[in-house]
Amino acid sequence: MPERKIRVMVAKPGLDGHDRGARVLARCFRDAGFEVIYTGCHQTPEQIVAAAIQEDVDLVGLSCLSGAHRKLFPRVVELLREKDAGDINVIGGGIIPEQDFAALYDAGIKAIFTPGAPLDSIVEWINTNIKPRA
Amino acid sequence: METVKKICGGDIRTASRLIRDIEDKIPAAKSSIKKLFPHTGKSYIIGITGAPGAGKSTITDGLIAELRKKNKTIGVLAIDPTSPFSGGAILGDRIRMQRHAEDEAVFVRSLATRGSLGGLSQAVGEAIHVLEAMGKDIILIETVGIGQQEIDIINHAHSVIVVLVPGMGDEVQTMKAGLMEIADVFAINKADRAGAKQLHTELMAMLNTATPAEGYWRPPVVMIGNIYEALSFEGRIAELVQKIEEHYQYLLDSGRLAERINRKAAVEINDALKAAILEPVMNTLRESGELAAMTEKVKNRQADPHSLAEEVAQRFLK
Repeated sequence: MPERKIRVMVAKPGLDGHDRGARVLARCFRDAGFEVIYTGCHQTPEQIVAAAIQEDVDLVGLSCLSGAHRKLFPRVVELLREKDAGDINVIGGGIIPEQDFAALYDAGIKAIFTPGAPLDSIVEWINTNIKPRA
Repeated sequence: METVKKICGGDIRTASRLIRDIEDKIPAAKSSIKKLFPHTGKSYIIGITGAPGAGKSTITDGLIAELRKKNKTIGVLAIDPTSPFSGGAILGDRIRMQRHAEDEAVFVRSLATRGSLGGLSQAVGEAIHVLEAMGKDIILIETVGIGQQEIDIINHAHSVIVVLVPGMGDEVQTMKAGLMEIADVFAINKADRAGAKQLHTELMAMLNTATPAEGYWRPPVVMIGNIYEALSFEGRIAELVQKIEEHYQYLLDSGRLAERINRKAAVEINDALKAAILEPVMNTLRESGELAAMTEKVKNRQADPHSLAEEVAQRFLK
């Protein structure tokens, strides 16, 4: 029987080794029935995009706690579009000041989750907004 | 057909999408797979198997680097387990391989087991075909972390590397059937740790007790030490590649390659028969509710499973 599963990549771009949050989310996504590709820390946007395409994910979740999100998150979206993979959605999380939200949304980040966001709310957002591709 | 043309041209996106369709059992994938078939069967396939945490991904990453030096193009299928409870999975093998992410000659795809028990995913055979059609010279298949018996990898790989680590039990473990029998090359990983020499000795003793039939291949044993001692690690991986090449030469010279290819073809036809015969029947029974009714009957001891199955067979297999 055909069965589409949601595939999510959890990635940490840039020089930030604080991956507890990313790991908690990866585990939470696993328990929500998603297939989670975890790439570990210290990834360039180019590595993340190449992996996302090879893995045919529906969603890339970026985690950044270093303050470089304004540069790194939009770059991932930009590269996906360049590679004709703009249909892969990108969300972000980490230490992201509220005043940066607008710029990130403008750059094509679909949602932002900061510390304190209940795990259920993130899973619910994905289940509502991300449909595995046809 | 567009998909086939693109995949044969090496298009990564199209290939990764078809692999997903195969995993998800999307009916439309079948026509692409059929058309790809004439373009398959050309890659050398190497299996890497062993216990969880033994270092399969790290060794796979080392093999990619070493084989790239020889200008080989590479496809990797890395398998991790699916949760029996949620159906989700953490696919974490490529963490170790991300340095190759931007190398267009290397295609790495993670697969979840989705209920398969043999150490692979049901989709692996056809995913191999996709990578072959892409023109990959070498395909590395990293199994899920396994125990003693999950050895389906022998149905797909030409050469199998069994990765062992010290501290996993006494020498009787090396004598047991299953995993220890399928190695074409043994790698003792974490060989800088206590117990590695003893494991080496035990492995040698086990290999010495084999009664060599004609044309017997004695699996070589490669010790691989600390990855952080980069030069010696690379040297050991180079040795591992050399042993795989020797094994390949042996398969050619002894005619055993044909045996392995036969075995693979037999498995492929077996899987295809199941997909064509068993799955539609199961789907029909499931959709009509008959399967649930049968389960109920067996549960209440009103009928036995064999009689029910025979009745179904008589109805469908005319």
